[in-house]
Amino acid sequence: MGNKAEINPEKELITGLEIIAEEIEKNEALLKVEDLSLSFIQYASGLRQTELKVISNLSIQAYKGEILAVVGSSGSGKSLLAHAILGILPSNAKLEGKIEYDGEELTQERKEEMRGKEIALIPQAITYLDPLMKISNQVIGCVEKKNEGLIKKLQREIFQRYDLKPEVERMLPHELSGGMTRRVLVSTAVISSSKLIIADEPTPGLDEKTLNETLSYFKDMADKGCAVILITHDIEAALKISHKIAVFYAGTVLEVANVEDFKNNGESLRHPYTRALWNALPQNKFQAIKGHQPMQDEVIDGCIYYERCSKKKALCSQGIPQMKKVNGGTVRCNNAS
Amino acid sequence: MSTAVVTVNRGLFRGLNLRQKTLLIIGSISFLLLAIVISSVFLGGDSLQTNFGSKNLAPSLEHPFGTDWMGRDMFVRTLKGLGLSILVGGLASTISTVLTVILGLLSSAGKTADSFVSWLVDLFLSIPHLLLIILISIGMGGGATGVIIGVALTHWPSLTRIVRAEIKQLKTQEYIQISRNLGKSKWWIATKHILPHLVPQILLGTILMFPHAILHEASVTFLGFGLSPHEPAIGIILSESMRYLSAGYWWLAFFPGLSLLIVVLAFDMIGENLGTLMNPKNAHE
Amino acid sequence: MILNDVNISLGSGEVLGLIGDSGSGKSTLCKILAGYENKYKGKVSVDGKEIPSKGYNPVQLVFQHPEKAVNPKWKMKDILNEGHLISQDILESFGIKNNWLNRWPNELSGGELQRFALARALSPQTRFLIADEITTMVDAITQAQIWNIVLNIVEELNIGVLIVSHDKNLIGRLCHDTIYLKDITN
Repeated sequence: MGNKAEINPEKELITGLEIIAEEIEKNEALLKVEDLSLSFIQYASGLRQTELKVISNLSIQAYKGEILAVVGSSGSGKSLLAHAILGILPSNAKLEGKIEYDGEELTQERKEEMRGKEIALIPQAITYLDPLMKISNQVIGCVEKKNEGLIKKLQREIFQRYDLKPEVERMLPHELSGGMTRRVLVSTAVISSSKLIIADEPTPGLDEKTLNETLSYFKDMADKGCAVILITHDIEAALKISHKIAVFYAGTVLEVANVEDFKNNGESLRHPYTRALWNALPQNKFQAIKGHQPMQDEVIDGCIYYERCSKKKALCSQGIPQMKKVNGGTVRCNNAS
Repeated sequence: MSTAVVTVNRGLFRGLNLRQKTLLIIGSISFLLLAIVISSVFLGGDSLQTNFGSKNLAPSLEHPFGTDWMGRDMFVRTLKGLGLSILVGGLASTISTVLTVILGLLSSAGKTADSFVSWLVDLFLSIPHLLLIILISIGMGGGATGVIIGVALTHWPSLTRIVRAEIKQLKTQEYIQISRNLGKSKWWIATKHILPHLVPQILLGTILMFPHAILHEASVTFLGFGLSPHEPAIGIILSESMRYLSAGYWWLAFFPGLSLLIVVLAFDMIGENLGTLMNPKNAHE
Repeated sequence: MILNDVNISLGSGEVLGLIGDSGSGKSTLCKILAGYENKYKGKVSVDGKEIPSKGYNPVQLVFQHPEKAVNPKWKMKDILNEGHLISQDILESFGIKNNWLNRWPNELSGGELQRFALARALSPQTRFLIADEITTMVDAITQAQIWNIVLNIVEELNIGVLIVSHDKNLIGRLCHDTIYLKDITN
């Protein structure tokens, strides 16, 4: 897929730049991902290696004080985006395009330096905690001796805020319940005063009460001025707290919509896929469109949604549609206006 | 979209990707070892005839490893010894692996069988290894058969322990529980689900067992409990040469010892490269 | 103790929802019903008879994470046909394409794998299906697709279904009846 992305790079770049130029006037984005492409080098058969493209020409921005939800099905590349920003991709990954943080390019060295400090990841699973290390040490991380007392005090305050009892400090990860683990991970992000929070699928399998509680932590962080990227396939959870929703499909962004656009039958939504996603929710029409997201090694000329689209035209099978601004959001569709 | 790419490697293996590089290393080392075995089998007895006219010669072009006190060419003797060592090591580690697979599958059959296997492993590991080989070797009547059986029967416990742990972990997997619910028998699950996961482990374990087996064979023979003195074994060569070392005939022990070390390291290298190849972490480099 | 004095009865062709907070023992209950867990007191029976411990279990359980429910060393076609040979009709209704059958599990997405897991569990011998959060990890469209297919098949084969989910809206859409499991640990 993404084969024809190179057809008109200048045009793509110009539209991209226009969008960015407008955003700069409004508010400086904390994280800017521009025209990002990611591929993996793999062995195809025997000794021959091939390149598998998993993200193509992807651009998103995250702003301070805002929650950007990244929604899409599994295999759409949303977790890989998080890994690319954090610099934790495997060694056979090839990254192209630009990632800027706070106006400066985010190089691999800078990613490593900022990971866990400026930029924090809140993962789904507790496996991210060191199973043999006491909680308080993991939350605090490595600090200089003279600051230790101060940090310790801060950590106690934060634990209190997130309803974690003092004895939790001395526990090991396996002694925590699921909810406690999530709160510990959130406190870790808070204590290192991270400015960019990336939450990767933090909600599946949670009951309603726990879900709302977890989401409130992210809202809380955004209110304090953090930029939050909430990666999820659960559009309903995303709508509860986010400001903008980026819809991923087969390795690229099809639409960046505002939360207010998700209402009624989805008439305000710009892309047919987003509309289908909205109408598939059980509380809406519970309506399933046919077909599948294309496989990563399928070559597709034209719009990646072509096969499933109900409004396709001849133009749609020729070249990937450009990202354009429509009605306060952006969309990659020829029919949107 | 997939397009062919070429990975750039620096140094000796320029232009090769990791898989090609490791396969090349494994291939050439295996070739060397195979060459030793084959030439040791086909090398004629001519140069092994006693020839007192050319005894105790220092290494030269004609006799690269020198000759011994009976005028035999040390290069040929060493080659024959190595060939025998590799054959004995190969036979012993193959038998050990077969034992490992049987015991591993047995341990997956049920609780009683599993505790029996782990008891057996503990029992064998609690006796000093070399002592056990010597005891079994003597009990089996000594000679080549004795050594092979002794080495084979004592190298399986550590690999079995790894395999057993792996099986334990596999059995908690959801797909194995599902298989049971689909009406599959224990034997079916063991061979179809569990065994394919163990193959890489077992293969690697066998190759890494090789050098151990070879060294143990050599040391048991050196101590006089192994192969009989008329066989061209490295252990025999080394123990005999001990008597001549003080006379200044250093090459009698040096070259055979060095060759044994190289063969052992060669097996280690194959194992290591095979490990890299099987490691999912760098599977695609 | 996780569960205490739980009584559930499920008729053929009935679709029953099960809702409960995290940690209320829903997954444990599912495992008991499908014979995965046998350290419990009480009785699970089909048609008044206890389920035999050997042979095909008429109660099939499908899990939340399909990638754990498939052997990574097997090709998809072997995984699919492990229990019985799945008919072309079922494959088509699940939208399983023939070229997926020759792929390895890691080449397919969670939604695609879940279709295989469900097709595998829905054999003519299956009397009951326990679905433990089976669409929690997939997007809304795939969720709607999967449930449409499953409900069609279970109706055709007269299979009883127990659906576990946190999503009250989903349960409302799918089930004839709903039961609530209370957390007894606190």
